[in-house]
Amino acid sequence: MATIHCDIVSAETEIFSGQVTMVSATGTVGELGILPGHAPLLTGLRPGPVQLRLESGEEEVFFASGGFLEVQPGMVTILADTAARAEDLDEAAAVEAREAAERALSEQAADFDFSVAAAQLAEAMAQQRTLDELRKRRR
Amino acid sequence: MAVGKEIKNKIGSFENMQKITSAMQMVAASKMRRTQDRMREGKPYAERIRQVIGHLANSSPEYRHIYMETRDVERVGYIVISTDRGLCGGLNINLFRPLVKEMAEWHAKGIEVDLGLLGNKAADFFRSVGGNIVAAVRNVGESPSLSDLIGGIKVMFDAYEEGAVDRLFICSNEFVNTMTQKPTIRQLLPLSPEEGEAYRHRWDYIYEPDARQLIEGLVVRYIESQVYQAVVENSACEQAAKMMAMKAATENAETLIDELTLIYNNARQAAITQEIAEIVGGAAAV
Repeated sequence: MATIHCDIVSAETEIFSGQVTMVSATGTVGELGILPGHAPLLTGLRPGPVQLRLESGEEEVFFASGGFLEVQPGMVTILADTAARAEDLDEAAAVEAREAAERALSEQAADFDFSVAAAQLAEAMAQQRTLDELRKRRR
Repeated sequence: MAVGKEIKNKIGSFENMQKITSAMQMVAASKMRRTQDRMREGKPYAERIRQVIGHLANSSPEYRHIYMETRDVERVGYIVISTDRGLCGGLNINLFRPLVKEMAEWHAKGIEVDLGLLGNKAADFFRSVGGNIVAAVRNVGESPSLSDLIGGIKVMFDAYEEGAVDRLFICSNEFVNTMTQKPTIRQLLPLSPEEGEAYRHRWDYIYEPDARQLIEGLVVRYIESQVYQAVVENSACEQAAKMMAMKAATENAETLIDELTLIYNNARQAAITQEIAEIVGGAAAV
């Protein structure tokens, strides 16, 4: 089966490096699925899950909080701002962050920054989405 | 017995010195581990983004960022990353030496050189040696924030964007291992293409959503990560060099103490022998 090399790095560490048969991620304009032989592509990433299908047929789920994705012949590089293995995400913290962001959006205190709160909400929701994805896979 | 009082004092002072240097060695060793970890964490990102930028510089994009244009050289800029403190052997001076040589070469061609300095040692050195310093950040510290670093030398990037500077280099130490630190001067701007035969033909990326926005975001990220990584790597080099310098100092103190102890014992023995000889001589005379 054709494979493509995939690297996921964040500013703090290298998260994944290896051969995969498919990469799917959330680009700024929508969901992306990348198979071996994809044309060169450069896109921004939105907070969301990154799914890799390994050669063995297993799937791995990661969370990226935004960044860039580059496709070159035979390789995919994901430069994430922060990234984590989906298993490492803390569900309780994600729910809490989401609720806090929603509350901030609805209450709108005096020193309120809409864009910051909206970004926080988007990130928290993306984390939850990643966890849902992971749970679906486990089932 | 009054013999060798001076030697004894000298040995004592070397012992004190040795205590200090070995303490500094241990401090450097523990800091080195921390700085090395930080360097290792950031390295994959810095390398990958350099690769991506290399690909980008190789392509023929629909939007050419100003950082991608190669201009005729009339003025060059150097970002020099040094340590804040000394006592780290020849680390800084080994870095400045090739730089000063390159600067002389540019001057010989009639090209001006601007300097953006990070760290106290570079600021001190180039103030006395001379050079057109446009920015200097002192007291970078052990865990600098990105905004402090970039803010301090932003004038260099502004100068490049305005066209005042045509090339920008970054000059820092590369961490090879604990024993070896390699001074390197790398071109930062304009973006240099990745070597490789495979990319010779004209090609371009598919951009989503927009080439301009993407490339601008990416080059800013690139510059930040390169400068930050260079600073972090340089501080790992500093601690390693400091540890080695202090280790050498401790060992040197040890040899000096050994030599002085030998001299002291010789003197003491000679004094005893002489005293005995005097007593024996005196007894014989009676």
